[in-house]
Amino acid sequence: MTDPLLKISNLNKSFGALKATDDVSLTLLPGEIHALIGPNGAGKSTLIKQVAGGLVSDSGRVEFSGRDVTSLATVARARAGLGRTFQISSLAMEYTVLQNVVLGALGKDGRVMRFFRPVMKDRDLVDRGMAALTRVGLEDKAARRTADLSHGQRRLLEVAVALTLEPKVFLMDEPMAGLGASGSKRLTAFLDGLRAQAPILLVEHDMDAVFALADRISVLVYGRIIATGTADEIKRDPAVREAYLGAEDAA
Amino acid sequence: MSLILLIEQVLNGLQFGVMLFLMAAGLTLIFGVMGLINLAHGSLYMVGAFAAAAVAGWTGSFILALIAALAAAAAAGALVELLVIRRLYDRDHLDQVLATFALILIFSEGTRWLFGSFPLFLDVPAALAGPVMLPGGILYPLYRLVIIGVGLLVAAGLFLLIAKTRIGVQIRAGEADREMIAALGVDISKLYTLVFALGAALAGLAGALVGAIQSVQVGMGEPVLILAFVVIVIGGIGSIKGALVGSLLVGLTDTLGGVLLPPLFASFMQASSANSVGSAVASMSIYILMVGVLLFKPSGLFGGT
Amino acid sequence: MARETLLNIVLFLMLPVTAGIALLLDEPFIITLVTKAAILALAGVGLNIALGLGGLVSFGHAAFFGLGGYAMGILASHAQSYTPLMETPFLIEGTKSMLVIWGAALVTAALAALAIGALSLRTTGVYFIMITLAFGQMLYYFAISWPAYGGEDGLSIYIRNDFPGLNTLDPIQFFAIAFGVLAIALFGASRIAKAPFGLALFAARQNAERVETVGLTPFRLRLVAFVISGAVTGLAGALFADLNRFVSPTMFSWHTSGEIMVFVILGGVGRLFGPVAGAALFILLEHVLGGISDFWQVYLGILLLLVVLFARGGLIGTLAGREVAHD
Repeated sequence: MTDPLLKISNLNKSFGALKATDDVSLTLLPGEIHALIGPNGAGKSTLIKQVAGGLVSDSGRVEFSGRDVTSLATVARARAGLGRTFQISSLAMEYTVLQNVVLGALGKDGRVMRFFRPVMKDRDLVDRGMAALTRVGLEDKAARRTADLSHGQRRLLEVAVALTLEPKVFLMDEPMAGLGASGSKRLTAFLDGLRAQAPILLVEHDMDAVFALADRISVLVYGRIIATGTADEIKRDPAVREAYLGAEDAA
Repeated sequence: MSLILLIEQVLNGLQFGVMLFLMAAGLTLIFGVMGLINLAHGSLYMVGAFAAAAVAGWTGSFILALIAALAAAAAAGALVELLVIRRLYDRDHLDQVLATFALILIFSEGTRWLFGSFPLFLDVPAALAGPVMLPGGILYPLYRLVIIGVGLLVAAGLFLLIAKTRIGVQIRAGEADREMIAALGVDISKLYTLVFALGAALAGLAGALVGAIQSVQVGMGEPVLILAFVVIVIGGIGSIKGALVGSLLVGLTDTLGGVLLPPLFASFMQASSANSVGSAVASMSIYILMVGVLLFKPSGLFGGT
Repeated sequence: MARETLLNIVLFLMLPVTAGIALLLDEPFIITLVTKAAILALAGVGLNIALGLGGLVSFGHAAFFGLGGYAMGILASHAQSYTPLMETPFLIEGTKSMLVIWGAALVTAALAALAIGALSLRTTGVYFIMITLAFGQMLYYFAISWPAYGGEDGLSIYIRNDFPGLNTLDPIQFFAIAFGVLAIALFGASRIAKAPFGLALFAARQNAERVETVGLTPFRLRLVAFVISGAVTGLAGALFADLNRFVSPTMFSWHTSGEIMVFVILGGVGRLFGPVAGAALFILLEHVLGGISDFWQVYLGILLLLVVLFARGGLIGTLAGREVAHD
């Protein structure tokens, strides 16, 4: 078996008496989509923040291509190759769509202390930005102000910015939210191809997408992972049926 | 340096610190409850001092002068809150800074217009004039001791107000969650006006009390305002306890620094340059204190989040 | 967009045209006023890099303005008295060369901004405002209590400093120097805003989390912006001191910080030419209202209050309409 690109070991986080992340371990292997599902309040967002670097863990390790990144902050983890998308769009709203992806490409290069040549005339950065927009189907919205985009379009832009980072691992927090049925289908197809470029840790509520895409699924309930396995294994798991799929299925 | 002189300076530092507390408490309350940075707080201090000096001039009564200071500053605060400040709660800090900077210009030049550019004088009341003998044979001005006492009383009163009364509960709730107390049916705009007027009254009281030891003049509130900011940065925004501790620290550092640093430098430098270096460093001592606190506790000694 | 560009050209030309008319009418005092406006605009252009582009509400830019002023005052006073500034560990002589003085002002202000910024930028919001204010005030009290260079009384310089090939005592020639520097600073600021650095800095103002997520550090961006901003304001301070042939601790006072901010706001925050419009308006008000009443700052206060409460785009925003997304 190949070494995991992302390895989370025994991660913990408490807020007062509440254990938001309870001894969570999981791995992300090259070429796979590993979906993280769980009912609302299960601690998915907390876990994502601990992995991305926005929240310091009480204990445990986060390793990234064999390197311990537990002590690193968001910026260093991004530089190490972690491409994150946010559940609630986190974009530069006053910028155009193109400016947002150019910012991503600029971040990838890291050569930001340049004060003279206009960045939007930098062919290389703009081309890479446009390429990312084209991949998610936003190329005709490039000149639009980001604040004027619909919710679904913002989700796609989030993904496009993550693409410009050319990350080794994607960390996507509900990219399908607000997309609608056809948009969701298109993004599902896109993510399906994307896993060859880099594996994806996917938090998602859209179960059709999860079951269609995920090589493995982990179920998080009250901060604990209660099961990990293929879609079929998860569907059959009695603990999952009881805790997650709820009364209607258990009945 | 003699011990007596040192004790005298410690008392001076306490007196200064207590005055700073009256300013800083209002500022920090206003920030904690309404999220507003109010540069014009120093103007309310000045309003208190001018009201006291004017009323003392007409009536000769120091008590009436103090009442006038409290009333004038509270009224000016309430008026300003109703006309200007309440439009600023939802604005960003830049707008708050600019609008309250504009208020300073209006207050300062308006006061100059009314009272002229010459300083007014407010006399220490006869009953409190002159020194008292403290244990250990230290002669100290009674009035300054009274200021320390008044300041500590106000501090105790504020803690009681916030810990025990209905208003205090509302203030604490307002600091925690604005929507919540509105939902509980508290008239939030009335509460805000009240808190602002309370902070203004404290500033006015400080202005009047200090007015009797310094001259009453336009612009007198601004150095105090900036020191009050330093106090809040040290103590932590929104914390009354932080304001008290910060005020005393700043008051003592400023007073003792001015007395102790020049001789300290003289112990290893030439006397002539030691004096200038010492006083220059002393003038910066509270800012150095602030930097020190900031390095270890970026949100102040008692700053929560 | 086109409307703002047109307005910018008008604003930009307004200064030399006014100076030119004043020259024809033989009104050197008006030339001096226009020069003052140009220099104050330069200070505002400096602040605007931190404030407009970086969203850093610095209430301590008087520190840099004053340091620039004192760089000029100290170097020129030593040249005037033929005494060296420092002998050990190496000799530093005073100078009357404007270019050298500018260099000293830029470096001094930049270093101060690096130190103040590194400390202040650990905090945000109100803390940042109060701390920058406190640092400005610290230098103010230092200047007052440091007797070597005039203390509270300040320092006078008898003759304006030299600029190669020009007679700096001739008002119109000194105006040309100040205006030239302003033009270069405006050009530089417009380039910075559009450069990679500007893109990232303004993005950090809108959403710091986004900038971190693409692997850039907002703190570094802001610190560099603060240093550039302080240096430009320091240069303005050196020119301002040269204009008056006088420096005093007043240059460090928090009123100065407030006024520099007022130029930026009256003109329009984040607008390239905002400080030019704001400084020109300020000087105009000072002399029109100041002629009517000694208490003209009351009117300035009321105007500022109205602009903040009701005309948030400032002068340029009101005349040119809503800002269009950066291209």
